[in-house]
Order: sequence, then C-alpha cells, then structure tokens
Amino acid sequence: MTAAARIETVRQPVLEMRHISKTFGPIRALQDVSLTVHAGELHALMGENGAGKSTLMKVLSGAYRPDPGGDILIDGAPVATGDPIKARANGIAVIYQELSLAPNLTVAQNIFLGNEPRRFGVVDRDQCNRRAKENIARLGVSFSARALVSSLSLGERQLVEIARALSTSARIIVMDEPTTSLTSRETDRLFEVIATLKAQGIAIIYISHRMEEVYQLADRVSVLRDSGYVGTLERADLNASRLVSMMVGRDLSAFYKKDHRPPDSKRAIALSARDMSDGNLLKGCSFVLHKGEVLALAGLVGSGRTELARLIFGADRRTAGTLELDGKPISIGSPREALDAGIAYLTEDRKELGLFLDMSISDNISMGVLARDAQAGGLRDFATAARRAAKAVSDLSIRTRSVQANAGSLSGGNQQKVLLARLLETEPRVLILDEPTRGVDVGAKSEIYRLIDDLAKKGIAILMISSELPEVIGVADRVLVMRDGTIAGEVTASERQPLSQEAIMELATGAAKE
Amino acid sequence: MTDKSGMTDMATEMSAGDQAVGRSRRLRTAFAALGMLPVLILLAAGFQIMNPRFLTETNLLIVTQQSSINIVLAAGMTFVILTGGIDLSVGSILAASAMVAVIVSLVPEWGMLGVPAAILVGLGFGVINGLLVAYIKLPPFIVTLGSLTAVRGVARLLGQDTTVFNSDLPFDFIGNGSLFGIPWLVIIALSVVVLSWLVLKRTVLGTWIYAVGGNAEAARLTGIKVPLVLLFVYGVSGLLAGLGGAMSAARLYAANGLQLGQSYELDAIAAVILGGTSFVGGVGSIWGTLIGGLIIAVLSNGLILAGVSDIWQYIIKGLVIIVAVALDRYRLQAGART
Repeated sequence: MTAAARIETVRQPVLEMRHISKTFGPIRALQDVSLTVHAGELHALMGENGAGKSTLMKVLSGAYRPDPGGDILIDGAPVATGDPIKARANGIAVIYQELSLAPNLTVAQNIFLGNEPRRFGVVDRDQCNRRAKENIARLGVSFSARALVSSLSLGERQLVEIARALSTSARIIVMDEPTTSLTSRETDRLFEVIATLKAQGIAIIYISHRMEEVYQLADRVSVLRDSGYVGTLERADLNASRLVSMMVGRDLSAFYKKDHRPPDSKRAIALSARDMSDGNLLKGCSFVLHKGEVLALAGLVGSGRTELARLIFGADRRTAGTLELDGKPISIGSPREALDAGIAYLTEDRKELGLFLDMSISDNISMGVLARDAQAGGLRDFATAARRAAKAVSDLSIRTRSVQANAGSLSGGNQQKVLLARLLETEPRVLILDEPTRGVDVGAKSEIYRLIDDLAKKGIAILMISSELPEVIGVADRVLVMRDGTIAGEVTASERQPLSQEAIMELATGAAKE
Repeated sequence: MTDKSGMTDMATEMSAGDQAVGRSRRLRTAFAALGMLPVLILLAAGFQIMNPRFLTETNLLIVTQQSSINIVLAAGMTFVILTGGIDLSVGSILAASAMVAVIVSLVPEWGMLGVPAAILVGLGFGVINGLLVAYIKLPPFIVTLGSLTAVRGVARLLGQDTTVFNSDLPFDFIGNGSLFGIPWLVIIALSVVVLSWLVLKRTVLGTWIYAVGGNAEAARLTGIKVPLVLLFVYGVSGLLAGLGGAMSAARLYAANGLQLGQSYELDAIAAVILGGTSFVGGVGSIWGTLIGGLIIAVLSNGLILAGVSDIWQYIIKGLVIIVAVALDRYRLQAGART
C-alpha cells in the first residue's frame, strides 16, 4: 500500500481533535483524547466497548459539546463544537450502526431528506432523482434512485447513507461498525466503495471490532481504552498482539476456549428437531443437539438461522415440525412454554428484543423468574433478586457500579452478559445463543467464550448462531450450515482434521453442489 | 429497595455502591414524580395572593374532594399508559357505572349493592377493552375510542336517556360524609393511590407492567404473558372508572347518561402526563399522577376563586398543561446523560 507512504508526507490534516475531554456529572467519558486525520486516509478507531469511541464521535458530530479546553480543527482552523448543524456544514457525516433512513421513501428522497433541491418553492423531483443518481454513481454501485428504501438490503441501505453523506459534501465520514449486519458480498462491495471514497480525498474514521477488516483497510489505527487515548499505529507497524494488548491492556493468549470434550455418538440427545417449517422461509429443518455439546448454526445472513432458532423457542408460529426434549415429544407454542421446558434463547438484537433499558440490572436479570421467586400474594422478593444480581455480576464479571443502575447505562458487552445472566437464571437445559458476541468488545468476547465452554461442561446443550467463522471454528464442536431455509449440511471435526472455514463457506454459498 | 440482611458475601462488597445508586435512583424517581410539585406549590401560592380564601381548610377540602374522582380515574390511566396504551373510555364507563349505581340503589333493602354493581360494570367494560387490545391485538386508541362512544350510548340507554335520582341514596356517605373530618372521597382516592403504588412497585405484576411498557417484545421473549398483563391494566382502568361512577353517583344523588363524565378521560390523561409518566410507556409513577391530579384541581378551583370566566379557565388550563410538560421535558433533557 502506498497509503502509509502518503501519510508521511507533511501536510495539513483535514481534522484535528485536540485534548477532548467529556464528563457527564461524576462520570468521565473521555479524558484528554487527541486525534489527527488526513484527507484520503482511513483511520481506524479501536477499543473495547465503553472505551469512549462513540462519545468521541458524538463530540465530532456535534451531538455532545466537549469540556472546555478541547478543540476541533478543520483544515487547521478551529470550528464551533456542540452544534450538529455546523458540524455537517463543516463536512462531517456520521453513519451510525442503526441506520436512520425512512423506509417508506425512495432512495433519492432519503438522500435529500431535509435538503431537497427546489424549484419555484416545490421539490424538484427530477433534479432530486438526477443528483441522487450522480451520488450513487460516485460510489460505483448500481441501484435505482427511485427504488423504495424498504426494498433494499441492509448493505444497500448503508450505501444510501453514504450517498446522503456525499450529497452534503462530506469530507470526513465516520462509519460505526458498518459491516455488523452485512453479508460477505455486501462487505466486499462496501470496501470497494471505501476505496473509491479515499481516492476522492475523503477521510474515513472507521470504528470496528473486527481485526481482519482493520488489517485490510486501515492506514492508521488509533486505540482508546478506559476513556483515554492509548496510541496510534501506522499501517506498517500493525500487528495483532500489539493491537490487542493496547486495547485490553492484558494478554489474551487463550482467546477461544474449547475444553469440553466433543461428544461421541453415544452421548445423550438433548434436543431433536424434525421438519421444522414456518410456511415461509424455513423448509423442513431437522437436526439433533447432544448434551454438553456446542453446535454452531452457520450460514449467510438471510439463510434462516434466526428464524429456525425462534421457531424452536416458540417465538414464531410453526406450520410443521416436531420437537423432542430428552427423548420426550414436547409441544411449544410460546416462549413461556419453551422456558418452562428448559429451552432458553438469547436474541441477536439485545436492545430491541432483549433488554429493558429503563429498568435496573437487577430487574433485568430476574425478569424471567419473578413469578418463581415471588412471595405470598405475588409480592416481589427483592432480596432474592438482589442476591441473583450480585451473583451474576460476580460470576459473569459484569462491570457496573451497582446492580440498581439502569441496564441502558452499560456498555454492549456488559449488556450482553446481563441478558445471558437472565437466561441462566431460568436454568435451561438447552441454550440457543443468537450471535452471542455481536457488538461486544474483545475482552467480553473471550469471557463469553469461557462461559459457553463452562456451560457445555456442565452438560447444557448449546446451539450457537454465529456469522464469524473464526468464532464458529474456535468454539463449536460441530457445525450445521443453513442455506435458503434448509439445513445444507454438517461439518464435523475428526482427530486428523479440524473444522474448516472453507467447508462451511462451500455449504453456505452452495459452491459445494455445483 | 435492597434487603441488606438477605444478601450474600459476594454482595457485601457491592452493597455500598448499590445503596448509593439505589438511593440516587430512588431520589431520581422521586424527583421525576415530584417534578411537578414546585408547579403545584407555585400555583397554590399564586392563587393565595390573588384570593386569601384559597388556602383555608374549607377550600382545601373542596379542592381535594373535587380532585378525588379524577385521581381515581387517573390511577387506572397510569396503569394503562405505563404499558404504552391509552384508555379513552373511562368517562363513558364512569357514566354507565353511575347509572347502574343509582338504579340498583333504588332496589328496596338491597340499595347498598349499587356500589359493587357499579364497580363490576366498570370492570366488565374494562375487560372487554382489554380482550380486544390483548387478544385481538387492535390498537388501544381505536378500541377505547370505540368504547368511548358505545358505552356512552349504553349509559343513556340504561336510564332511557333521562336523569335517574335517589334522594335517599343508601351510600351517600361516600359522596358527602367524612371520617375524622376527612371526606370519604379523599380517603378512597388516597387508598386507590396507595394500592396502585403497592401493585406497581411491590408486586411481580407491577414489574411486568413496566417491562411490557418498556419493551413488549422483549417481555414476551422473557416469558411474560403480555396479553394477561394488558388485560389486567385495562381491567383495572375500567374497575376504577366504575368506582369513580359510584363516587360520582354518591355525591350527586343522581346520574345522567348523557352529561356525566363528559371528557373526564382528558383530565385523567392530563393528570398522568403532568405526573411525568412517559406516553410511550415503561417510565412513570403513581405519585406523579397524584400531583398531576391535584394541579388540575387547584387550577380549576383557583381560577374560579380568582373570578376568571369559564371560557378563560379552559384556555388557561390548556396552556398550563402544555407549559408544565414542556418545562418538565426541558428539565429532564438538561439532566439526562448519554
């Protein structure tokens, strides 16, 4: 890459953030962080969840005003802080993890939302569509400016967001975990777009937990830890162990943990599913899950993994299929029945489908067992709830000031642990984990892997959905691969041959068949 | 909230922090609930300056008595709004229940049954609302908008569209008597508030109500029977509207299906919102509702004492509600972090 060489040439940085601190009451979210970004550079920002990346970007976008003493300079000139409209006028655009498009409007309408080109006082639709087309073309991708956003895939929607940023002549684009919900093909296309943007001199601040992406893309990497600035590495100096130790401040030698023994064929079957169908995407999925086994459910986004998990858990209605738990047929019509039978499900979307963000950590953890804990007359047993919460906080090392704090105040990894704690309180025999480490920092990831391993050792049967192949290989004993609503095949490890990423990808993409 | 004696060793190192956060959390909820208390005090002080008769024992009793029926309705409304719903039918249910209360009170020997009859009728309508919202999954606004009209019709039908009287009402003490100098209406309203607090903050069901309002889908996936919770809150709202009907009948010795309880639902909603309960559900408290209800009563009473015309009372009341809630939002935003 010539990028590294380019940066060494002395020139005016497009963006400088100097000595940025931000406190919320007694809490220090950022402490004297400085960041310099050059035009045409991809500057990766890494750090565990809660390290301060999002806060720093919110200061940049004007959502937060930094504490006195901090400056933001664009092209060497100080600009106003704490004003989102001025920040946008200064060429700063942020593409958030949760996209902010109106699905009922067209691509062009979304691109110019709030900034519509006008003629005679009314929206000039032709100009709108034409200019939207130009912006899309700048990205080197092809979809219609007149298409409804609701008809686009997640990856395409992200490109619409980028086109919108371009339409406001953004020169600094912040991307917050842009690949989290993209398929690998969409990810490749995003990377092409990023290369195009860089060639046009646009600076990109790229927040990601994924090491591979950062290696592939970054010209420089800055690391934050515990609200403070740790350091910046040039591309030439990038190296995994150095980055990880900068991020966590500790050694992560045993990242994945797989101590439990892979099941032999004699091991008892915990759950057996036959012909599971939902009358829509899923077409007759069958599999068995053994006690003390970690079975991964791999496949591309949209292959039906989450749908199958929800069907087993009774969250959606099934049109066909039978379930057997410990050899006995069971009928599950609702999540309550699944939980009573001993099946628990960790959702992939913890904010929308999992947590009660305005309620305390303690309430969140006990929520599934409140009725079981209740005293006479349906009164809450607060002492038991506090005991459960305190134990979960210590067992799962949830980092919080108190179990009475709101769940919404926790970082992503700790929120995930709270959700896991809630499931474990129901004492499940079968645990379905849907993307258990999504949006979770490295430290928490390794803790979750250790937890999965411990649970399997205790004999709990675990079905883990994951889109990260290294995670699948590192954690699972056996892998089921889904494609187009069916189980496309199974990948097992033998003494001589460990699980292979290639075998999984072949099944997931259908390459094996052709 | 935390019972220290019941906590294990593991907890002890946390308990200091827990107590601090628990305390600040309680303080924050208290502030959220009491957020409108300064408004109440300012209003009272203002009216006192305008008319020294305002802060007299007699007048304060009148204010609390006037607010009591609205507070009972608003307590039920708090349950519903905490789940993210709305109940527009409480005024109509109150009218129908009051009709039933008076009609039953006319039965010789069995007149006292007017009160339970009114409550049961209210509960019945509330349960119908609840069934439609919880199991047919219709939007609460639509369901209760429909029952607002339909139940009003039922109320008129019950008395053949006339006013029913009973000058010898067996339970008139509820509307006009007092216990140790405190009117029964006030005692009932306060009991309803305390009971509501007990249910919301001390029972499993109460936590479920907050959970359903905070995130209904997460509640379902956690195994909470969301439809049952919804059925309960609409049932409670209807039941309390029925109680309000009995209170109203007891006060007036009469009921009229057409006029009684007109737009009471709006005052009840206003009290809940003034009390700081979030309109989307999941956040709020019954104490806030109590203060909200008192603000509305103080406003009506004070404006009358100040000699403000009926027309201007409407305009001022409406503006005060908007300004008070706007101030509250501003205050919460200023205090919010992240």
